[in-house]
Amino acid sequence: MNSARLQYFFSRNTYIFSLLLLAVLLGVNSSLQDNLFELRVLNNSMRTLLPLILLAVGQALVVIGGGIDLSVGTMVSMLVAVLIKLIDAESGAGDIILAILAACGVGVLAGMLNGFAVAFLRLQPIVTTYATSFIFSGVALLLLPRPGGQIPTDLRRFYAQTPYGVPLSFYIIGILILIWLIIRSTRYAQYLFATGSNSQAAYTTGIPVRLVRLTTYVWAGFFAGLAATALTLSTGSGQANIGDNMTLDSIVAVVLGGTRLSGGKGGIAGAVIGVMILRVIRNVIFFADVPTWSQTLVNALIIIAALAGPGLLGLVRRVVKK
Amino acid sequence: MNASDVSNSTGRLLRYQRYFNPPLIALVLAVILFFAGGLINPNFVNLNQATNIVRLAAFLGIIAAGQTLVIISGGEGIDLSVGAVVTLAAMLTFRFTEGRNDLIWWGLLLSCGSGMAVGLLNGLGVALLRIPPLVMTLGMTGVVQGTILVVTQGEMVGTTPPLMARLIASPLILGIPGVIFIWLALGVVMWLVLNRTTYGKHLFAIGTNRTTARLSGVRVLRVVVLTYMFSGLLAGFGGFVLLGFSQTVFLQLGNNYLFPSIAAVVVGGTLLTGGIGSYWGTMSGALVLTLIDSLLRAMQLEEAYQLIILGAILLVLITAYGRQRSLRQ
Repeated sequence: MNSARLQYFFSRNTYIFSLLLLAVLLGVNSSLQDNLFELRVLNNSMRTLLPLILLAVGQALVVIGGGIDLSVGTMVSMLVAVLIKLIDAESGAGDIILAILAACGVGVLAGMLNGFAVAFLRLQPIVTTYATSFIFSGVALLLLPRPGGQIPTDLRRFYAQTPYGVPLSFYIIGILILIWLIIRSTRYAQYLFATGSNSQAAYTTGIPVRLVRLTTYVWAGFFAGLAATALTLSTGSGQANIGDNMTLDSIVAVVLGGTRLSGGKGGIAGAVIGVMILRVIRNVIFFADVPTWSQTLVNALIIIAALAGPGLLGLVRRVVKK
Repeated sequence: MNASDVSNSTGRLLRYQRYFNPPLIALVLAVILFFAGGLINPNFVNLNQATNIVRLAAFLGIIAAGQTLVIISGGEGIDLSVGAVVTLAAMLTFRFTEGRNDLIWWGLLLSCGSGMAVGLLNGLGVALLRIPPLVMTLGMTGVVQGTILVVTQGEMVGTTPPLMARLIASPLILGIPGVIFIWLALGVVMWLVLNRTTYGKHLFAIGTNRTTARLSGVRVLRVVVLTYMFSGLLAGFGGFVLLGFSQTVFLQLGNNYLFPSIAAVVVGGTLLTGGIGSYWGTMSGALVLTLIDSLLRAMQLEEAYQLIILGAILLVLITAYGRQRSLRQ
């Protein structure tokens, strides 16, 4: 491969550096924790990780389109409340599927509210989604004033499955990435990347910028529905603020996965990798016997270092050039 | 689209700005909201309540001062670490002075200094390493919270010097608490900094267009780093002042001010894209937000409805001010 093609390859697959970082961290992790790759342990970690992965995928799509969504966490809280309202310990398969569809449907509606305000009313994404996050919190509290709820045991067992010795989460991630690979070669993806990198130019070439932007927020709502489903299946009950803290994690994960916050670059594989990086850092800190009160600081310092990595390379390059 | 359309839309924008001065609208809105409160609850409209609301708004306003600078500086500038810095400064003062009045000045120095140090790191990360401000300052939030945990080991020990409470939160002159005077003084200082100093001119210049600013001789990197340092300093100062009011410190103390500080800036008419804004806009924004909050409390609604109404009001407010340029322009 010549350098131009190499450059093209890296610009299309922005997650390569993140993948390297993840590999290094996984190496450190497995040397500290020998049972990391044991099926039971791996399945447990992936099960608790899947909600954030799904949420980060939605966030990544918004960010690629040039926006940001600060409401996804409260959306998850709201949609978990919807699920808990519709499912009880005796629910049959039909009811459960309907409940999941309802959660995703409400998520899509919530995403439409965000998308309409940002794309058509031209409101700033940060403050808009911050404002709507209050609305979603309020609805969550309205639906689920007290923590609680129950789901059928069979459903939890279904989610804990490991078909052919591979955790269910990996199948879901695999399917998502497959779908993304197909979407990436469609006109929709071209529109999405164009909108994110230069909306003015995209508009001039006749791309329906506002519509594309709207769809990214709708995706975020839809994925919040999936994330809420995964979260409910793994915790088995709900709470009106259960997802609130996931918003900022989803953004950090997206950036760690190599997606530019200014839009127009990145993909969902990066988001998946980003979430895994966050988790592995926490694992390493836990198994390295870092004192309890220092864990938050060490965690944050490693994240800053990971964020600074690409920038440090750029800085060195700029200094050398001079 | 033809030339006359262009001039027409530009003209409309200019006229819009002349007649609808966002800070002024926010201020008028604040007054209307206050008297609307009287309709809901007759006890809402009195001098005591007015003083109390301005006092509460002062804390938000002081903390939002640095946020205003960072947002004016453009380049997606935003400071998500102000909440954590507020807590850090309050905690340090609380712990260090241990209730001794003679150590207050050192507490103030410690508050502002620690805030500035955090701001310096933010600025270097943003300007030198080109980490997006949103994630850089979010990462620093983790670092600051981690530092607080390491220092305190989970236990907030200390005492607030009684003099601080007297000077800041209790009525000082004519029944007006000291924090309101502090806030007004800060307003004057901020106006001078933004409008009468080279730094202020450079700040607006880099907020409008970094490339043209650099070509006109502005040292962009230095101005950006300085801006984040000021933001940290003001957040630290905000934490110090807040301690005089709260008299106690907990881990989430400053957190409740983080997003409201951004909302106050936006409601005050400062553009999130940078280059346009004012601190007196932010002051009016802080007043409006505090009033809405107090009004919702006075209505004694369930928390769920309070949240939903707050979200809806914020959306309406942003629709009035926060609109971005149309793609057609």
